[in-house]
Amino acid sequence: MELLFFGDTGWGDELFFATLMTIAVSIASMVIGFLFALVFTPLKLSKNRSLNIIGNCYTTIIRGVPELLVIYLLFFGGTGAAMYVASIFGYDGYIEINAFITGALAIGIISGAYSTEVFRGAILSIDKGQFEASKVLGLKKNIQFYKVILPQMLRISIPNLSNVWQITLKDTSLISVTGLVEIMRQSYIAAGSTRDPLFFYSVAAVLYLILTFLSMKIINKLEVRYSKGF
Amino acid sequence: MISIFPSLLNGVVITLKLLVSSMFFGLLIGMLFAILRINKNPIINKFAYGYSYFFRGTPLLVQLYLIYYGLANIEFLRNSFFWAIIREPYWCAIIAFSLNTGAYTSEILRSAFQTIKEGYIEAAQSLGVTKMITFYRIQIPIAIKQSLPAYGNEIILMLKGTSLASVITIMDLMGEARKVNVLTFKPFEAFITAGIIYLFLTFIIHNIVKYLEKKYGFQT
Repeated sequence: MELLFFGDTGWGDELFFATLMTIAVSIASMVIGFLFALVFTPLKLSKNRSLNIIGNCYTTIIRGVPELLVIYLLFFGGTGAAMYVASIFGYDGYIEINAFITGALAIGIISGAYSTEVFRGAILSIDKGQFEASKVLGLKKNIQFYKVILPQMLRISIPNLSNVWQITLKDTSLISVTGLVEIMRQSYIAAGSTRDPLFFYSVAAVLYLILTFLSMKIINKLEVRYSKGF
Repeated sequence: MISIFPSLLNGVVITLKLLVSSMFFGLLIGMLFAILRINKNPIINKFAYGYSYFFRGTPLLVQLYLIYYGLANIEFLRNSFFWAIIREPYWCAIIAFSLNTGAYTSEILRSAFQTIKEGYIEAAQSLGVTKMITFYRIQIPIAIKQSLPAYGNEIILMLKGTSLASVITIMDLMGEARKVNVLTFKPFEAFITAGIIYLFLTFIIHNIVKYLEKKYGFQT
């Protein structure tokens, strides 16, 4: 137990900050995922064939390859690509891309594919009459989207988005392979220096359980709040 | 690009071995815990719920590390014959993956059991069929049919999960791709080729499950 003390003697404070890092990376990935979903959901729903294919390629490929592969590709490939771009502008030194940014981007691309599917399903499940009614009222396309479709879409997709959040939270453990000090990496370090892997990985498991439990509670509250009128 | 293909194919064999054996053990574990979950005894019920909650609430990587690094810490396990199993990364990976997919499978089967229409069971009862036979001949076949689509997704998730075996030194498809990257410093070739192979495997599994669904699933 004294291994968990805060301060110099224990790993409590390190693990606490690692937990905050996990939460930060998860939120950043989720936000990046939303941005991707915002771009690709319209493509998937579009009537234009080639746009449609682009949208489908994104979700199919990302959901069909391992998460670790996306992370490695960005981590090892990203540095090379950045250095290549920099060499065009005449800079030949070594560039290291921040592990937080690569990690959040990689997990964001993955969670974006799942969010895209969720949003697509939600828009398709909105009653056709809503689209027709807003057209009859003469609403402009973007007002129709922001005032009529978006609020309904968000409400319908909360339960599924909560699944995406849980997946994203667990996926962030994979970023540890790139050296970002989140829960998994910190337990790895602690286990290595104290030679007590059983204890520290159990602590990591408990921390993840607490995070998933708490986020479930919060999302359930949100769900109740946003389905008040229904 | 062609020169890295043979080594990647060696990796594919290991990946498929890992997938098939962990799906097999996972299905057994999943069935057992699904039956425990629908048991009316609250202690058995809670135990099965705790199992699935733990394995679904923590990342697969944590479970893998717990089994690979953690179990070796327990003195009596190291002195027993289990040591021969848990010191091999290959078996540790299979144990972790089986337990993980077992938890998801048990949830899939449980929901399938619970959505079976009461009418089927009542009909069997009124025909005088015993509880045992009702369970084996009516409830289980219906549950399996109903859970086919969700189980297909689980197989694909597990295929992606097996890539984690590479972090505990197993040379599966991912491990081979990492080796190629380290040897040649060509991350794009290595990982994109591996990605295409993974996509191809996903595609095959998806189509097999679709075929089975068409043949054995419910026509609604």
